Order: sequence, then C-alpha cells, then structure tokens
Amino acid sequence: MDPRLGTAIIVVVGVPAVLVGYIYGTELLLRFAPERQKGALRPWLWLLPALIFLGVFLVYPTIGTIIRSFQNTAGTSFIGVENYIWFFSSGEALVALRNNVLWLVLLPLLTVGFGLIIAVLVDRVRYESVAKSVIFVPLAISMVAAGVIWKFMYAYKSPGEPQVGTVNGAVAAVGVDPVPWILNDTLALNTIALIVVMAWMWTGFAMVIISAALKGISAELLEAARVDGATEWQVFQRIVFPLLLPTIAVVSTTVIITALKAFDIVYVMTGGQNDTNVIAHLMYQEMFSFSDFGRASALAVILLIAIIPIMLFNISRFRAQEAIR
Amino acid sequence: MTAIQGARAVTAVEGTTRIPKPLRRIGVHVVVVGLMAIWLLPTVGLFVNSFRNEDAVASSGWWVPSSYSLENYQYILAQSSIGDAFINSLFITIPATIIPILVAAFAAYAFSWMNFPGRNLLFIFVVGLLVVPLQMTLIPILRLFAQFGLNGEFLAVWLAHTGYGLPFAIYLLRNFMGSLPREVFESAYIDGASPVTAFFRLALPMSVPAIAALAIFQFLFVWNDLLVAITYIGAARPENLPLTGAVSNLVSSLGDGWQLLGAAAFLSMALPLIVFFALQRYFVRGITGGAVKG
Repeated sequence: MDPRLGTAIIVVVGVPAVLVGYIYGTELLLRFAPERQKGALRPWLWLLPALIFLGVFLVYPTIGTIIRSFQNTAGTSFIGVENYIWFFSSGEALVALRNNVLWLVLLPLLTVGFGLIIAVLVDRVRYESVAKSVIFVPLAISMVAAGVIWKFMYAYKSPGEPQVGTVNGAVAAVGVDPVPWILNDTLALNTIALIVVMAWMWTGFAMVIISAALKGISAELLEAARVDGATEWQVFQRIVFPLLLPTIAVVSTTVIITALKAFDIVYVMTGGQNDTNVIAHLMYQEMFSFSDFGRASALAVILLIAIIPIMLFNISRFRAQEAIR
Repeated sequence: MTAIQGARAVTAVEGTTRIPKPLRRIGVHVVVVGLMAIWLLPTVGLFVNSFRNEDAVASSGWWVPSSYSLENYQYILAQSSIGDAFINSLFITIPATIIPILVAAFAAYAFSWMNFPGRNLLFIFVVGLLVVPLQMTLIPILRLFAQFGLNGEFLAVWLAHTGYGLPFAIYLLRNFMGSLPREVFESAYIDGASPVTAFFRLALPMSVPAIAALAIFQFLFVWNDLLVAITYIGAARPENLPLTGAVSNLVSSLGDGWQLLGAAAFLSMALPLIVFFALQRYFVRGITGGAVKG
C-alpha cells in the first residue's frame, strides 16, 4: 500500500538484525585474534556502534558549532568574537537573555514549589495515585499540544465581546476587563504566562521524584518527633524539608536545563513576538529566518556555556553515587 | 500505644493555635481536589471545544452548553495533513526507539561487565554528553545530511534521534545492568558461556524493567519532539513532518479555529496518553531511577 511501509519494515526488522549480527560477528572475528588481546579488544567492539553515533551526532557537531560561531554569516571567513559581541549588544538578543533568566528562576521555583506541596499533601489522602496521575499526565504530551491547550486558555477578545478563553472567561465573570495574556509585555507578563505553561507540564516531574524521596523518610523518625510534641509544621520544616533537600537539588538541575532549552512553547504560542523570545528560539530564527549560521552557532555555544556548571554538578553527584556503590 | 496517644493529647491541649484534626483533613482535601481541578481545567476546556461547532466556539465559552459532535475530528482527518502526519509520526518514532536501545544495551554491557583501561573516564564522558543541548548539533548535522541528500528523509531523524538518545540510554541501562548480581555472570562464564550468550541470555532479559522504562522515555521524547523534526525534515520535505510539526503549522494557519486545533491536538496526544496510562508504573520507575533526559 504505502511505499514507506516497506522501508519501515526493513528498518524495524533489518536494523536490529544487523546490530545483533554485528555482535555475533565480533565473536567470530575475535577467534582469529591472539588469546591475550581478546579481552582487550572485545569491549571496544561492543562500544563501537555507540561511539560512532555519539561521535557523529554529538562530539563532531559540538566542535563544529564552536568553530562556526567564530565565522561570518556565510562561513567564508573568521570574524573573531563578533557574533558574541552582537549577542551582548543587540536589543533582541538581550531580551531573549532576560527572558531566559526569568525562565531559569521562575520555572524551578514553580515546579519545585508546587511539586513539594502536592507531594506532601497527596501523601495524606487515599486517592493519592489518582491525584498524582492528574498532575503528572501533562508531562506525557508534546509541548506543541500543551501550547495549543494553553493558547486557548489565554485566548483574548476585546472587552464587551464574549470571552471564549478559560482564563479571561473567569476574569470577565468577576467583572474585570480581559487581559491579552500572551501579547502584553508589561512586566514580562507574557513571558510569565509561557513559563506557567511549562510549569503546568513539569510540576508532575518534580512531584513524582519528591514523593518518592518522601516515602523513603522513616515513619518512626516522624512519629518520634510528633511524640516529642512537634507540630506538623515543625516536623516538615525541621525534618522532612532538610531530608528532601538533596532531591530538590536534583530536580532543580533537570528543570533548569529544561528552562534553558525552552523552545517549543515559544515557537507554538508566540513565535517570539512581543518580547517573548528566548535564546533557543532566537537561534532557530537566526538559522531558518535569517540564514545566519554564525550567530546561530554563537547562540548555541552560549546555551552550552550556561549548562556547563550544571553538568559539573551532575557529574559530581554521579561520582558521589559511584563512591557509595 | 497509649503512651503515644497520651502524649498527643497533652500536645493538643498545650498547642493553643492548633486547628482541630477533622477540619485540617477537610482543608487537605479541598487543596488537593482544587489543584487537581486546576490541572485538568486547561485540557478539559479544549477537549469540550473540540466537539462543538464553529459558531458555538467563536461566540461562547466552552462551559456554555451546546450541541456536540465528532465533525471536527472527521474534518481534520479528511481535509488536512493530520492523518498523514500521524502515520509519519509512527514511521519516525518506532525505529528511533528501537535502534538506540539496542546500541545502548551493547555499550552498557561493555561498561558494566567488561574491564578495559579508561572505562570510568569514558563513561563519565558519555554521561557528560547528556547535557549538550540539541541546538549545539543542528547546524553541522544539517550540513552533513545535505552532503548525503538526507534532509527531509526519515532516515535523517532516525539517525539523529539515535545519537541524541544514546547518552541517557547508556546511563540508565548501565546503572541497571551494573547492579545485576555478579555471581550470575561468573557462573555463566565458568559454564563456558561466551559474552554474547551471557548478554542475550542473561543481561538483556534481566534488564527488561529498565529497557521498558527507557523505551517509554525514548518513544515519548521522539513522538513529542518538534525541533529535530522541523530542522531536519520541515525545511526540505514538509509532507514528511510528524504530528508535532503539522499541528504547529495549523496553529498559524487556523488562528482562532479552536474546534479544529483542539481536535488536531487531541489526535496528537492520543498515543502518548495510551502509552502513559498503560505503562505508568515503568515510566515513574524510570524517572525516580536516578535521572531524566536533559
């Protein structure tokens, strides 16, 4: 029927067959290797497919992008740090930078804050699993779908007309003038409105991880504190919260990386207009709207530099885990 | 038991500001149910509108009762590119889920159960690649694909998603395989099993929970991806775009046609939601298992 179907079947059946065949092939190959080198050679043969993919799709382009960021629009000559100077002097880029800082601060605050509150509260009700599913499910849908859902939430019609958007419908019901949420850039209201969408998606992520850590706190410890006369708030503040802090740090790093790379929501909901642009979206515009690969590369490098401290934190956490293992 | 109750009674008397317990319980229920309602409201609104007709959607809020039908869904499947895009999404997602898992499983096995110099350093390097933003790779890969005439082809996104998915896949699988009992592999080797046999007969079957979690992650990541799709496919062959690309195109072309946009968005959400609810346990276990894709 569909010519693509044949291709798909070949890929779904053929590629795994080739890969499995490759691994069997390495054993056959190793029979000819000298006995002493077999052990040394084998791991590299097993790693080879992964290393090729990582090399071609992550390592090589990362180096390429860094080099490209020092070149001009067409990539014909090196222009030093001019693309970076552009970033720190162009109004548009600075707006994107400001918005990314807002994303970076507000998104972890909202997701971790709500995630913590919800995790602690649902622990006390019997319909815990249902409540968690409701909060968690937005994480499974695409940011495009979330963007459509929330563009409708924020839908605006001029005062006097019937409001069809949920938020403005509620606003109109209490007799206040409707607000053009994603158009209004006063106090970066529209950027905050976009961050709320992402918080709606990612709170479930924070909640699930914090909830798992919460269940790991020994019940005897909490009961002992209560017996000693601690109020529920004191138990939370002095025992539960400090014990959750490492988990909260982990959740925050992941959410911060997500905030830095925010792209889809902006692309779908505002297209970066009315001062809602962010670095990742500006980079896409430089690539496809202005065909300036030099500036686009510089923007990508700036994202990477912002992420490096978080990467170092993650690696040190990984090493700490290894030490326990 | 009585001692604890006694102590509680004492603190209850002493703590003058404490709210009575039944009232506190009601407070918890109100807050939890309230938050659930807030979280559901955005989706419910658009969902209701996707069954209303154009006039109703333009003139009144979704909370106003009107007639409901499946017309929008029929229209969107017949008239627009959404039907094709659904098939494209399947074509893109299934291979882009299978290939990285298999490649990562080989690597994870080598990292867990084979000794070689620089093993830990290399592994840390691979984990470090987790946070290289996709944006870093777009331009050189785009040019590479152009040289091979791959832009716009499914093969381009299969390969790219495999590369992008590997660091997390290797990380997750290695952590799981590394925690399997050593004795199992030692006794297998004593019985004369080759590494290949040990991998396919022992390591892989024992890692099914981790592989399931990984498969769900990778599936959702690829299915929900927009950036990779519009970069490698959108510019060259828009007819090969997956649902995310097609729906985001509709956002600009349909404007306020919320009834159609809603129908398209819910069609794009159907499969992820089914996967999510059917395999929620694995999904949650994968997330709490240590890390999530950056």
